[in-house]
Amino acid sequence: MELLTTNNVWMMICTALVFFMHLGFGFLEIGLTRQKNAINILFKNVFIITVGLLLYCLVGFNLMYPGFEEGSLGIFGFAGFGLEAPLNAEGALDLTYSEGYTYWTDFLFQGMFAATAATIVSGAVAERIKIGSFMLFTVLYVGLVYPIAGSWKWGGGFLDQLDTPFYDFAGSTLVHSVGGWAAVVAVCLLGARIGKFKDGKIRAIPGHNIPMATAGVLILWLGWFGFNGGSVLSADPGATSLTLVTTCLAAAAGGVFAAIVSAIRDKNLDLTMFLNGILGGLVGITAGADQMSPTDAIVIGAVAGAIIVFAVALIDRLKLDDPVGAIAVHLVCGIWGTLAVGIFGALAGWDQFVSQLIGVASYAAICVISSFIIILILKKTIGIRVSEREELEGLDGFEHGMDAYPDFRINEH
Amino acid sequence: MKKIEAIIRKSKYSAVKKALHEVGVNFFSYWDVTGQGNEKEGHVYRGISYSTSDIQRRLLSIVVNDDYEEITVKTILEAASTGEVGDGKIFVSDIKEAYRIRTGEKGGDTLN
Repeated sequence: MELLTTNNVWMMICTALVFFMHLGFGFLEIGLTRQKNAINILFKNVFIITVGLLLYCLVGFNLMYPGFEEGSLGIFGFAGFGLEAPLNAEGALDLTYSEGYTYWTDFLFQGMFAATAATIVSGAVAERIKIGSFMLFTVLYVGLVYPIAGSWKWGGGFLDQLDTPFYDFAGSTLVHSVGGWAAVVAVCLLGARIGKFKDGKIRAIPGHNIPMATAGVLILWLGWFGFNGGSVLSADPGATSLTLVTTCLAAAAGGVFAAIVSAIRDKNLDLTMFLNGILGGLVGITAGADQMSPTDAIVIGAVAGAIIVFAVALIDRLKLDDPVGAIAVHLVCGIWGTLAVGIFGALAGWDQFVSQLIGVASYAAICVISSFIIILILKKTIGIRVSEREELEGLDGFEHGMDAYPDFRINEH
Repeated sequence: MKKIEAIIRKSKYSAVKKALHEVGVNFFSYWDVTGQGNEKEGHVYRGISYSTSDIQRRLLSIVVNDDYEEITVKTILEAASTGEVGDGKIFVSDIKEAYRIRTGEKGGDTLN
């Protein structure tokens, strides 16, 4: 009982830390975009966490943890609408549910995760997507796709039942790549912001508040203590402390290597690359944070940091406009981190590597197909892109009739 | 009366202000302006180099009596100069009349 209390307290702290990440995402996104769209971006972020949580209560939790029956394919299951806590003989909450947490903690911790996937998409499509279409996309993607895809591994589905089970500790694939794949599809269907690619040239559209973006990244790093630390699913002293060490070392190595590679490549000390490198390291370590030694973690983070610089450049060259670098951070480093579980650490081995590849491919399939269908239907019906005038003058004025900084306006660009 | 408008480097503002006070020019308005010119500022953002011809400067607007024109212009010329391209410009124009709002009086005395 005392152990459960301790474990449960840690899990609730982690839940709160993951919640805090939504502020980090919000700050990062508005920092790296223009001031005329700040309200629009924050509206999306607030919508995602609120509606995401309600949807997770309504259907998500029971889609993600349906309790697959023996012999089922482990692809789709649904344990019914709403929350229903298990009770013991006296009618009180059944505390044998898990050694690590209560039923309620389980729901809330997983619910905080769920919204993250859509937030990743929000950054990539910023400054040009119609708010209504984005909200509909969020409802379908967070409400249905994320939990169904998640059930394949965390819900005990087919990827968990492989001979060498696919391993994703805290969601390099299940959360970050799920968001990342949808971000790629959305960016392809949506097109680039006006002025990003002109006369065959890639043009910079600088963000309006780099200090805020920095705050966002450091908040996200703090949130990751809960994201990875809570994914131990108990307060197990060895596992949680190792996880926090690997998480932080990978973040540090990711930032440092992104900064170094970007300084060599672009002859410039670019803070935004430093920040993306930290996030790349965090996403990279997430799949195997409890399986790695400190050295492994530093290598995984360093590679992720270097990947970021080249991935951001490659995505630009492919004429994909991702204002905040979400695809490089969450998809590319998510894939890297997932594969790294088969290369480094306690699980390393060929069989594990193959399982990791199967996992990456499975999630690529469900995410790309489902997000393509959802966004294409939205595009053909209500449209996904704001008018040219609205985009040029800012989404805040048209979609929301508001100004993020009414008393503070220097540039209009 | 003359209006002296000076566009100067922001980094030279405190030197110019001090020099003007020393010669007895104590009243003026100023604001930050963005202009276009020959100067290009190089930037790199997320691996993409770009340059902007937007130039940040400070504009001083000083109204003085005719006998102060020469010393004011001379002071700014000296205090705002670095010798590099981009030090700015000074424009002098005639002022037809000046009023003090509080008392309604007009003429050169209102400038002090």
